[in-house]
Amino acid sequence: MNNLSRLIRTTTQRISRNPYHSVGAVFVMFLTFFVGGIFVMISLGSDAALSYFESKPQIDAFFKEGTSQGDIDSLEQKLVSTGKIENIKFISKEEALKIYKERNQEEPLLTEFVTSDILPASFQISTKDINDLEEIADIVSKEQIVEDVVFQKDVVKTLSSWTKAIRNVGASIVVFLIITSILTTLIVISLNISLHKDEIETMRLVGATEWYIRTPFIMEGIFYGVSAAILATAFVWLGVYWISPFLDKFLADIPIFPINQVIFLYLLLAEITFGIIIGSIGALIATRKYLKV
Amino acid sequence: MIEFKDVSKKYDGIFALSNVNLGIDDSEFVFLTGPSGAGKSTLLKLLIREEFPTHGEIYVDEWDIVHLPMERLPHLRRKVGTIFQDFKLLPQKTVFENVSFPMEILGLSDQEISRATKEMLELVRLSDKAYHFPYQLSGGEEQRAAIARAMIMRPDVLLADEPTGNLDPQSAWEVMQLLAKLNSLGTTILMATHNLDISSNLPHRKLEIKEGRVFSDSKKNVSAKEKIHK
Repeated sequence: MNNLSRLIRTTTQRISRNPYHSVGAVFVMFLTFFVGGIFVMISLGSDAALSYFESKPQIDAFFKEGTSQGDIDSLEQKLVSTGKIENIKFISKEEALKIYKERNQEEPLLTEFVTSDILPASFQISTKDINDLEEIADIVSKEQIVEDVVFQKDVVKTLSSWTKAIRNVGASIVVFLIITSILTTLIVISLNISLHKDEIETMRLVGATEWYIRTPFIMEGIFYGVSAAILATAFVWLGVYWISPFLDKFLADIPIFPINQVIFLYLLLAEITFGIIIGSIGALIATRKYLKV
Repeated sequence: MIEFKDVSKKYDGIFALSNVNLGIDDSEFVFLTGPSGAGKSTLLKLLIREEFPTHGEIYVDEWDIVHLPMERLPHLRRKVGTIFQDFKLLPQKTVFENVSFPMEILGLSDQEISRATKEMLELVRLSDKAYHFPYQLSGGEEQRAAIARAMIMRPDVLLADEPTGNLDPQSAWEVMQLLAKLNSLGTTILMATHNLDISSNLPHRKLEIKEGRVFSDSKKNVSAKEKIHK
């Protein structure tokens, strides 16, 4: 048996002989990685939604009640003549009702009393370049026959600021949890150092090197980090798997689901790396401070 | 082999050892006697650098203990074995595991460890207790296991701090016989003891420590007390 396997055996013995300490440390780190994983998923989802909206330069112009077909046709001509229009599509009141019913087909209460009279006819306009959206929206909104204009720049802007806010809040919470995890590892390993005081003293007296005495404690910290990372990634995966059908329906056309499984593999690798780093830092501080070799 | 040159050790302004000068030859067996608090344990701790002297120089062979770099300390502690009154065996390890522990630390092979541990257990007459835990042993057996652990790396020097302090007379004599055997095999032994029955009935050199000073040395056959009375 070589030194490494002896060190691994010592580490596993220490962990299994203090199960409550170990479970406590893994739980706190699990929370860090779980919250971290959730924020990564939310962030990736918002990014996908953002790219979806950015890739669809579209303006919805809703017409006033009673707008004549002639006025609608002349607006179409005017827009096409700018040369910036990729596509323009007229959505009649009847078509709007059909789209509405399709989107809400599983909720009959929402469709029961809706008729084509209360839904406005509209133009769906897409531009060749996303930067032209604002100019076209401006032209359309000045038209007398247009009641309201919705264009993706608003959605993109809102989504963008939401994504930014989610990232900032997520990063702050995760930083706080990382500090808590490091401190928890430090406390648990310090306790274990104090529990093994006699063993450490004997090791010193029989000529154990500093490295030999410290390594099992560092490995203990790494074990906590890696276990928590694996557990957290598994729970994030399960959570996403569970929530996917609901979100998929809710997000309608935005193509977030199904999530590529490779993303979970990257998440696992990233969390394990962070687990090793956090566990090592906590253990290193504990051994530096409390282990007098 | 061992040399103390003008060594003093102060704790909180009080001298535990004061201007100690002494030399111990290879394969010598030396008793350190004296009352509690005289400085016997401090002297032993200085030899394995558990404590730093406040002043003076200490040598074990060519090793300058005071200036020994930290990374060389484990090597010193393999060269100088130690046993204690409270044995310091690890309770969760068997006798075999306790004795083989210093070899495990060095990363030696299982075969090498097994062979050396069996030899050592035979030497201390504990082969039949190899897979017992310390709580299953008598005090004398525990001390013999501790001696086996201290000797497994074949140290040149064995420091024994009150090794018979917790033992009944019969076990104490058994331990002394074992130490004498190790000494006859060439190990230098420095043993701190209160047990006058043992120290006065054995022919080895006696160093009496009192109030941190070498009060008498049977090798020189002149004691400080005699000097004072002259």
